[in-house]
Amino acid sequence: MILPASSQLPAKREITTKPRLSDRVFAWIVTSGALSSLLILGLIFFFLTYQGFSVLRSQGLHFITGSNWQVILDAAGNIDPKQTEFGIAAMLVGTILCALIAIVIALPISVLAALFLNFFAPPSVKKIMVAVVDLMAAFPSILFGLWGFFVLMPSAEYWAKLINRYLGFIPFFQVEPPIYTRSPFIAGLVLAIMVIPIITSIAREVFNQTPLDRIQAAYALGATRWAMIRAVVLPYGRSGVIGGAMLGLGRAMGETVAVYTVLNVVYQINWHVLLGAGGNVASMILLKFGEAGPDEIKALMAAGLVLFLLTLAVNSLADLIVRRSGGKGR
Amino acid sequence: MTDKRVVRPEKPWKSSPKQRLVSALIFLGAMLTSYLLVAATPMNGKLAYFLVFFFAFTLFDFIFHYLTRGIALAKDAVARAVVALGISLAVAPIVSILATVVIRGYKGIHLSLFTTDMKLNSVSDPIDQGGLLHAISGTAILVLVALLISVPLGILTAVYMTEVKGRFVRPIKFLVQAMSGVPSIVAGLFILSAFIYPITKAYSGFAGALALSILMIPTIARTSEEVLLLIPNDLREAGVALGGTQWRTVAMVVVPAARSGLVTAMILGIARIAGETAPVLLLTGGGDSVNGNPFSGPMGSLPFYIWKSYAVGTEESVTRAWAGILVLLVIVLVLFVSARVMSERRTKS
Repeated sequence: MILPASSQLPAKREITTKPRLSDRVFAWIVTSGALSSLLILGLIFFFLTYQGFSVLRSQGLHFITGSNWQVILDAAGNIDPKQTEFGIAAMLVGTILCALIAIVIALPISVLAALFLNFFAPPSVKKIMVAVVDLMAAFPSILFGLWGFFVLMPSAEYWAKLINRYLGFIPFFQVEPPIYTRSPFIAGLVLAIMVIPIITSIAREVFNQTPLDRIQAAYALGATRWAMIRAVVLPYGRSGVIGGAMLGLGRAMGETVAVYTVLNVVYQINWHVLLGAGGNVASMILLKFGEAGPDEIKALMAAGLVLFLLTLAVNSLADLIVRRSGGKGR
Repeated sequence: MTDKRVVRPEKPWKSSPKQRLVSALIFLGAMLTSYLLVAATPMNGKLAYFLVFFFAFTLFDFIFHYLTRGIALAKDAVARAVVALGISLAVAPIVSILATVVIRGYKGIHLSLFTTDMKLNSVSDPIDQGGLLHAISGTAILVLVALLISVPLGILTAVYMTEVKGRFVRPIKFLVQAMSGVPSIVAGLFILSAFIYPITKAYSGFAGALALSILMIPTIARTSEEVLLLIPNDLREAGVALGGTQWRTVAMVVVPAARSGLVTAMILGIARIAGETAPVLLLTGGGDSVNGNPFSGPMGSLPFYIWKSYAVGTEESVTRAWAGILVLLVIVLVLFVSARVMSERRTKS
């Protein structure tokens, strides 16, 4: 028997690898949604530059190197461009200084805490502690600000006096005149408490990636836990931990409210960490925003742009380091 | 002849009663030393007790282990003490923070707090007048609007990175990471320069929500990505093998399977922004009465209320600030715990 003509068979389906229309639309929508992050970052850069451009042009490099912030109005009430000065050097130095203090305090504590959680804690303790540390990362910053102001500051002042008394010969710790309140040291302490959970969880992730066979090899060779950590875990996780610390640094530099409550913002570059005079770009923006006129707002936008670029640079570098060493980042 | 002896398995990794007794003795000895030293020398204060105790404990432990088991284990004992110090320093602030908030905020909590706003009162009035209904409703509206904006974008980003996997996966991962580092005040300034000055020229809740969603998108995107990565590939293959297009597979198989995880992502996003203060201070205008319309009029919110009460600085207003923080903290805690419970259930099933 010969089969009837092809008209009675269903038409052959076309086999193709070309995606259908619905899939193309889907891919297009998803891609454009995903590119929103690029769009937003680009828009932030564009608008802050656009608004701050006039100030950046009139002040030039002086905006970053100068430390004066004074608005001089002429007789008609307009801003006098000759005498008005916008310089954020003191704020930039202060921002970096506070963030560095925070990292110096937070890094050892975080690494030790991560080691404890990964290698020393019994499972039940570990579960609770991990939840507690993660919870701390979710606390709102205003909470740290008020706690720092009302609870931490009195104690921290006392600690600052102790440091000054016993280590005062080091130029960093000199305090003249003796004002200990609202110093970069206290701001750094608050920031340290805020970044400890971030660095701890990254360090934990990085330590978790240590190859199990190497850990077991160390134990099989008769190493104690500490010997194993020193020989295997720390060398393996070093770069990841450094990246995590930098992520914390970026976070600490952008913090606003918590620093505002515990730092005395002064327009002068100050390297004496215990002295109650510091600077912080984000706090300065918040401080000046209330009474700022239109031109000063433009200067604040320019300061925001500098802060944005600074944190972006630190964060990207940190992300690169963390990713190369196998952690996921935060 | 049967041997009646029962063989007990040895558990060398568990410490024997004798070992426990010795470590308890070392602990007590260190406490005694710290007490005596602080009493005998001019040192004083909690800090001195703590430091002396820590060093005494480490030293005694080291000596004991060195005498009984040798230098390697003695070093191990020191390491154990030091990492224990690390974790206690890391969690000590959280204990202090929680205690402070509960003790100070408790005084400011009363029932009318949740039924009235501050339309007729100032923050320095006695604490039983006025409330923070406007702040709670404002925060709820801000969070809701921010969710409406950032959930689609965040989940689309996650779907792009796990399902579509186009050319830009690496750059987008990088950009999302970069975006999560944007300081909150910069997000506020951006909305100020891009939305309020050129377009609306007035503070509104919507502007605040826009800034908050900038902070929220990276959190949602990253958590969702992690959740979608956990969905087994078999499900995707099964969907495609049944003749589904990619769109159908993602929409009807992958996303429903990850539903609870995506809700967790949203909750974590809410917890991230609920207490965000700087952009709210810059953008929302912070009204004192209940305002249900995010597009016009100043909008109160919990962080704004806390900030305003703190800044006034009288006794009543500071109590108000702590009460506001207590409410905010309870909200964050509830969100956090529910996120955790949900993700736990997910990993079990």
